[in-house]
Order: sequence, then structure tokens, then C-alpha cells
Amino acid sequence: MGWIANALNSSIGKKFIMALTGVCLLLFLIIHLINNLTLYGGPELFNTVVKNLEGIKPLVRVIELILVLIFVFHIYDAIRVWYGNKKARPINYKINASAENSTLFSRTMIWSGSIIFIFLVIHLRTFWVSFNLGHPLAQSHNYYEIVVQAFRDPVYSLFYVVAIILLGFHLKHGFQSAFQTFGWNNNKYFPMVRKLGDIYTYIMVIGFASIPIYFLFFYGGN
Amino acid sequence: MEEKKLNLTLKIWRQAAPDAAGGFQEYKVYVSPDSSFLEMLDELNNELESQNLDPIAFESDCREGICGTCGLVINGHPHGPIPKIATCQLHMRHFKDGDTIWVEPFRAKAFPVIKDLMVDRSAFDRIMEAGGFISVNTGSVPDGNAIPIPKDIASEAMDSASCIGCGACVAACKNASAMLFVSAKVSQFALLPQGQPERYRRVQAMVKKMDELGFGACSNTYACEAECPKGISIKNIARMNREFIKAKVKTEEIDV
Amino acid sequence: MLKLDSKVPTGPIEEKWTNHIFNMKLVSPANKRKYDIIVVGTGLAGASAAATLGELGYNVKAFTFHDSARRAHSIAAQGGINAAKNYQNDGDSVYRLFYDTIKGGDFRSREANVYRLAEVSGNIIDQCVAQGVPFAREYGGTLANRSFGGALVSRTFYAKGQTGQQLLLGAYTAMNRQINLGKVKLYSRREMLDLVVVDGVARGIVVRNLLTGEIEKYSAHAVILATGGYSNVFFLSTNAMNSNTTAIWRAHKKGAAFANPCFTQIHPTCLPVHGESQSKLTLMSESLRNDGRIWVSKIKGDKRHPNDIPEEERDYYLERKYPSYGNLSPRDISSRSAKEVVDEGRGAQGQEAVYLDFRDAIKRLGKKVIEERYGNLFEIYQNITGENPYEVPMKIYPAPHYTMGGLWVDYNLMSTIPGLFVAGEANFSDHGANRLGASALMQGLADGYFILPYTIGNYIASERPKLVETSHPEFEKAENNIKNMINKLLSIKGKRTVDSIHKELGRIMWNKVGMSRNEKGLKEAIEEIKELREEFWKNVNVVGKNEDVNQCLERAGRVADYLELGELMARDALNRNESCGAHFREEYQTQEGEALRNDEEYAYVAAWVFKELGDWELVKEPLEFENIQLATRSYK
Repeated sequence: MGWIANALNSSIGKKFIMALTGVCLLLFLIIHLINNLTLYGGPELFNTVVKNLEGIKPLVRVIELILVLIFVFHIYDAIRVWYGNKKARPINYKINASAENSTLFSRTMIWSGSIIFIFLVIHLRTFWVSFNLGHPLAQSHNYYEIVVQAFRDPVYSLFYVVAIILLGFHLKHGFQSAFQTFGWNNNKYFPMVRKLGDIYTYIMVIGFASIPIYFLFFYGGN
Repeated sequence: MEEKKLNLTLKIWRQAAPDAAGGFQEYKVYVSPDSSFLEMLDELNNELESQNLDPIAFESDCREGICGTCGLVINGHPHGPIPKIATCQLHMRHFKDGDTIWVEPFRAKAFPVIKDLMVDRSAFDRIMEAGGFISVNTGSVPDGNAIPIPKDIASEAMDSASCIGCGACVAACKNASAMLFVSAKVSQFALLPQGQPERYRRVQAMVKKMDELGFGACSNTYACEAECPKGISIKNIARMNREFIKAKVKTEEIDV
Repeated sequence: MLKLDSKVPTGPIEEKWTNHIFNMKLVSPANKRKYDIIVVGTGLAGASAAATLGELGYNVKAFTFHDSARRAHSIAAQGGINAAKNYQNDGDSVYRLFYDTIKGGDFRSREANVYRLAEVSGNIIDQCVAQGVPFAREYGGTLANRSFGGALVSRTFYAKGQTGQQLLLGAYTAMNRQINLGKVKLYSRREMLDLVVVDGVARGIVVRNLLTGEIEKYSAHAVILATGGYSNVFFLSTNAMNSNTTAIWRAHKKGAAFANPCFTQIHPTCLPVHGESQSKLTLMSESLRNDGRIWVSKIKGDKRHPNDIPEEERDYYLERKYPSYGNLSPRDISSRSAKEVVDEGRGAQGQEAVYLDFRDAIKRLGKKVIEERYGNLFEIYQNITGENPYEVPMKIYPAPHYTMGGLWVDYNLMSTIPGLFVAGEANFSDHGANRLGASALMQGLADGYFILPYTIGNYIASERPKLVETSHPEFEKAENNIKNMINKLLSIKGKRTVDSIHKELGRIMWNKVGMSRNEKGLKEAIEEIKELREEFWKNVNVVGKNEDVNQCLERAGRVADYLELGELMARDALNRNESCGAHFREEYQTQEGEALRNDEEYAYVAAWVFKELGDWELVKEPLEFENIQLATRSYK
């Protein structure tokens, strides 16, 4: 089995893991967003959706475990690649013209990723822990109210929106980058991939960011 | 073509030896806009020589943009700010009177500085020696027309093959990755029927050597393509990724 | 006195090489690994020889002064490579390529060598295709061809405008494979500074490590020089900055005869000179002449913009003078005609330049086709000059490009020093007094892939040379001589830079030993070169030290050799009282200004043997034409 490790430890192998885990996360985000958008259907719909998920808890736990593994690989590999790449250029240029030959998004993946990671931890604390580990509102299945309370805090909402915008940066590069890494770059299809990636990114950013904005500014509450 | 000469300030990296500390030195030059960047350095060197000073070491040979010997980082751009040319093809008419120009060597762990603006790019040769060839002995070959090759495949292979091995891709990449260089050769042979027998072996051997030599990994910023004097496409990198993954999954040979 | 034996095999010309291959002795496969061969230079000839000898089993030591073998100047050849494949069904044959090359060389080359070159030309294409050289193809997938100067058939194979690059990379990859297999060891950044001859036989070389300054000695059973030509004696030429004569010149001084040094080709389609700081001249591929039309104004001193000159006031002088070949006339004729019209005062906008115009071709074929054929050349042009050749005619002018002269070799490519072989542009062999376009690549690869591998084997099998240790006194002597020369150069500490002396030499050569020559000018040149040489050794300033990267020292050593070679070129040109090919003596021309050959007295190869500086002995190898009748070249 050493050949698998060898392959995955090569420069292309590492990129392949990044891309593969990245694509899994892209798919996860779609499901996550659909779930979130049920908030717009009001407390009843949202609470029912969450309660239904409670019903298949063992399955959810397995999926969560897989997700964690995917995240861990994505992050571990990112750090490994980043560190290796730093070492490949021990002395930097005095004048750097990278802004003229590449996009900001592509050069800042490690930083947008790091902030997204911090966000992720806080985000899990706010919602996952509350939903799963005995928050009084969760026990009465009023998950909706947990969301309302969280987003009433302008600081939290602002942080959420900023993180989602950085997620957008990350996705804008990551989406097409994954295709490139898999080797799916072709004159006919790659421009479409890039476009699709942009559309995906806008949907994600607008979709996720609209929720705190909605609850902060437009939700009357009761 | 009586154009006004330019007054320029050059900030040039000087480094006496591979392990010596280096730094920028300032030079004032007065140069014709028709002269090339390297001719400007020639003139400056002649000036330094007549003052008994060590001339600036830099490399160039064909001065037509094909041998790949030259390569300076000029104001942050490998081969200078004009796209799709080598340093030797850069002309001073692209600069303005009074400009300050920063000149640095290619910087990468795998390309150590030898002296001033000269770097050691022999790592590229090591990669090519590892597998960048088709194993045919002289004489044991069929007629040139025995294998028809579609025109578009031939010209795509030609596009990949037009790499001049200058190393600007490594110099431009924020990760000092050699993927564009390596993939151009892998692609050329992966596209052509002649390259098929060693297709999977080649990509594995070359990538392995590339990794050993301390180049970074690709993070798809595509700076290499933007700075490549021959406009080698990042499609080659995609093709190499595909070839590599296929090679690992499909072939039964375990260690190449 | 030295006797030149060309060792041309007997028998009909078609059978000479085949018979010779059979008659040559072979080294058994098991014994090949006991022999070391040094190859200096890794261009087309050197890399192909190193690769093939490695494949055969010899231990090859390959040397290049570049950082990588791939940088050799073969890489810059643009247009293509000839081969008598007759894929176009237009009447080509080995015999026709042979005939065209002899005629193009103005009957100053050896028939047997040229026939062999034409004979193996097809194999070269097959070999390169197999190596993955991406030659241009037709839609049906077969190889494409184009026509070139000096031929009426389409036999030139090409890879965009980068044929030399692709062929060199083919040879380079073949050599890399042998490096990987351990059969070739590559010594890069080493400049050969002397040949070591023991008991009259070549035994090794002495090189300078260009990174450390260390003088290193290497011995071998045979030495191959494939170090290119010496056009840089003119300072401004299309050659690369580092192309030089040092390796062959120092071998010459060790006893190898130098043949036809005055046969230097001036390429008709180069970019004109822009100013004093110019470091080199850029070639625009001759293939441009397929579709471009060359002209100047009919009016002297016409400063009008070319697009403002009406059709009837344009003089398409090549089409006018040579109606059947027109713009595809051979290089020497095209170059000289350009000089003629410029000397008449009809140069483009008063400059030393003529127009190369694509207006009609774009009208006929459309911009897209022209772009496909010449796009990259047009880009190069626009980048250098700032003018768009799709809209404004190009300006071109002749420039030194290729040297047909070189070390004398016999049919086996061995020089007058046993064990020293010379290949590619470095030898004098196949192009006579003028090389046709797309034939240099052909010759380099023929020598390396298909000739040397046989003849080296024959030499080793019949002579059984012994390896001489590098501790031998001759090696020590050579090493000390080199060190003394370096110390001398570094200690002069004069007032003049190396470049300034090189430029001055270049001007003498260009004005008096260039496109057209006369007795008076040549005699002056000899004196001026001598004076300049003295000036060099008294007043040059070589800065820095030996034990370092010292590009100034590298250049100084090369210029020292040019200052000697330049004299020999002038002497050779003075000796040859005729005009032939690229050698044009103003005293010898027809009424219409065409070259006037003197076959009675000068149908020979002039091989010069070095005695001491300023003193050479001329040895003649008479040229016999048994297959092609000596005739006045006509491209009308």
C-alpha cells in the first residue's frame, strides 16, 4: 500500500487531496445552504427540518464524522503545502509584481482559509453545540429562536458576513482550481467551469450572508 | 529614428558568490530607447570595466528569445514587464525617462544564485534526464510518415514543445514551482503517438525528480502562464495532473 | 609537407558510403565500453553524436560552456531542415539534393561528402519524428514541407519557425537518456581551451571550469569537436553572444589544418543595425522569402514611407535579375544584390536596408495564413523594431550568419590530427563556398547521428588507441600554457575594454573581409588586424581574477583567438583570386556583376597549416567533379 502514500505525498498528490476534499466541501455547502434557506420559511418549517434530522441521528453522526475527516485532511494538507511552498523560495523578491500576473484570491487561499477556520470553530460553538448539547431552546425544539438570538448580535452577524465573503474568495479560486488539479482543463469546457464557479460562489455568498442580514435588519421577531 | 535618450536609475542585485551576502547597488545610466535591456547592461559593464570594477554577472546567449539563457526579474516580473518575451527581447523604449528599475535574479531554492544575476538552473536538466525523452536508438525507427499525426495534435504538441527552459515559471510562481516547465515536456510526449509507450513511466519519473529537487507545489495562481515568454498554457499542468493520477491508478508498476 | 588524403572511397558515388560502411572495421559490443570519447559542444552535431555513441556503448564525456546542453546555438535555427524524401512528389531525389547542394556551394565542396549528406537526409527526418519532434503536418496527418532558397522543390521540413529548437531538443533528450543510463557524462560550464596531442594523436582536452576557474584535464581515445562556427569574428553577427572559435582555433594551433576560412556566409534577411551599443544582429528566417517580396525604390535617396511608394516606382530587384528563382535566390546572391542597391543609394529610406514586403502575400492568401506561417517571426520583428510587418514592409539587411570554413576533415570527418574528429559547422565539409538554407541542421545531425558513430568505430578498431593518463607531460604542458595565457591576460591591465577591441576587429572584418573583398582591402586588413592584436596584448583590460565567474576573462580569451583567425581569413580571401559563392572578390566578376569563378586554378580546398603566428602553410586538396559538371551557377 506504500504506493498510495507515495502518490498522495507527491506534489501532485497533495494537490489532488486538496481538490478532492475541496469538492466534497463544495457539495456539503450546497446542502448546508438549502437547510439554512428553510429559515425563510419561518420557525415551523425550520424546526421541523432540524427535528427530522434528529430522527436520523446515527446517520447524521456518521456524515458529520466524514465531514470532520474531510476538513482535517483539507486543512492538514493546506498547511503542509503552504509550508513546503514557503521553503521553496527562501529569499523573497524586493519588488513583487504578483498583483499583475495572478488574482488576489489565488494568492491568499491560506489566509482566507485560516479565517474561515476560525469562523468555523465559532460557528460550531454557536450552532452545532447549541443544537446538540442541551441548549434549553434546543430541548424544546425551538432551534429557530437560537438562530434569531445569535444574529441579533450585530458583532456576530458582521463577523459572519465577513467570513462568508472570505469564503467567497476561497470558493472563487477553489472551484476552478479543483478542476484544473483534476486535469479537467480544456479549451471548450474550462471557461464554462470558471463561469459556473463564479455563479456558485455568488449563490453561496448571497445565500449565506443574507441570513444574518435578514435577522439583523428585516426580521421583526415576536 | 532619432529618439531622446533616457536617464534611468538601476538598482541591481550584486552578490559575489553563492554563499556571500548580497544587496542592491545603484547605477545611473543614459541609454538609447532603441537599445535592448541587455545591451544597456553591456554598456554599463564596459563602463565598470574601464573603471577596473567587477562587471555585473548576468547570462545571455542567443539574444533572440529562444535559447532560454537570459532571465532577470525586472521590477518584479521575470523577463520584465512586457508579456511573452525573454529578457533579451526587452527594449528600452518601454521605459520612461527618469524611471527607477529594480533588477533581481530568479529566486528559488532549486535555483541558487551563482553570482550577481546568474543562477544555477541545472535542476531543469536533472528533471529532463529523469524521463523527458522517448527511448529510441538512432536507426531503429520507421519512416517519418508511417504514423499519421492529426494536424491539431501536432500543433498542440508543438505549442508545448516551444518551452525554452528559461525558468521564468519558477521565478514567477509564488511557490517556486516547476510544474509549467515539467508539464510542457510531459504534454508534448503524452500528446504524440511516439510518446505513448513511456507515457506513464515518464510523468512519474519526472514529477518524482521535480519534488526531490525542492521546487514548490502548484497552487493554480497561473502566474507562470502570465510570465512565460512563450505563453505556455496552464492546460499543460492540467494534462500532467491527469497523466500523473492515471499513471498511479492504472499502471501495475509500483515504484518508478 | 602535410599531404591531405580525403580518404574518399572508390566506386560509383551512389555506392561509396554503403561500401565504406561495409569496409570499415567494427568494435565488438563488449569492447565498446572500454573506450572513452570526448565530445566538445552539445549543439545538433555534438548532442546527436554523444547520444548515438552512448547508445552504441562507448563512454562519452560531453562538454559545454553553457549551463545546459539545450542552450547551444543550434536552438536558434528557424526555417527548417532539408531532406530528399520527395513526399511532395515534385521531382526531388537524393541526386537532386546532392546536385543543388554542390551547385549552391558554387562547386567548392567535395562531391562524395555531399552525396552522403543527401543520402542520409531522409533518415534524419525519420529519427527526429521518432524522438517526438513535432514537425508541421498536413490535415491528413502527413509531414508538411516548404520550399527554401536555392531549390525548386519543396523538401524543407519545419516545426513552426523553431525547427532548430525542436531538433536540438530531440538530440538533447536523446543525450539525456544516455546521461540517465550513465553512458554519457555531461560536463557543463566547461570551456575547452586546448587540445592535447601526444605523439601526433589527439588524446584529450584541457578545459576551464567557468564557475571556479579551475583548469581541468580530460583524456579519451578520441576527441570530437562540434563547437560551431566563428561568425562572431565580425562582432555583429546572428550568432549567439558566446559562440566562438576558441576550441577549433586552439586545435588548429596544435596542428589541425583550417580549411577555407574565408568562406563566411552573409545571411540576406536580418534586421538592420540600430546603433553603436548593438550587441548582435537578429536573423529573420529565410523562409520569409517564400511569400515576402524584396524591393527598394527605383529612385536614389528616396526617403518616402514605403507604403507611399507606388508599385511602378518599386524595384523588385531579385525578381527582375533572377526571374526563375526570384526572391528564393541563394543567400550569397541575395545578400550581394542587397548591398548593390544600398551602395547605389537606393536603401530603404536612405538606410542600410531593403524592404521585405508581405502586402501581396496577404492579399493573395489572407492574413490568417500568413500569421500561421510566420506569426512568431512577425512578432519578433515588431518587438524589436516597434513596426507592424502586417502593415509596413519589413526592413532587412544582410549579416554574418554561418561559416562554411572550418577545420579540414577527410571523408571520415577526421581532421589532420589522428583521433580528432570535427562535426557540424566546426568542420568545413559539405557546403563549399555557400550553404543553402535548411542545410546546416541537416549536416549537423547527419554528422552526429549517422556518420561519426561509424567512422569513430572504424578509427578505434583499426588504430586501437591507448588511453593516456592526464598526468602525462603533454597534459601538464597544455595546462601550464593555459594558465600562463590567463595570467598574461589578467596582468596587462591596460586601458581598453575587451568589447572595444572586438568591435574594432569586427569593423575591419565587415568592411574589408565581408560581403565583397578586394586585394587592397585585404592587405590593409591583414596589417590592421596585426596592429590590433598588438594593441590587445598591450592595452587590454581584463578585470577580476581567474578563480571566479569571470565573463570578462572568457570574452578576452575568445577575442584573442579571433584576432588570429581574422588574419587567416583575410589571407585566405587574398589567396583565392576568384569569386565563388559567398566569397566575392571585386576584381573577379562578370560584366553584369556576377561572381566569376576560376575553376582552372582554384577548384581546390585551401587548407592552412599553422606554423607560427602570421605564418601559415597552404596545402591544397584538389576538388574533382566526376558526377556534376562544373558550370557557371545560374539562377536566372
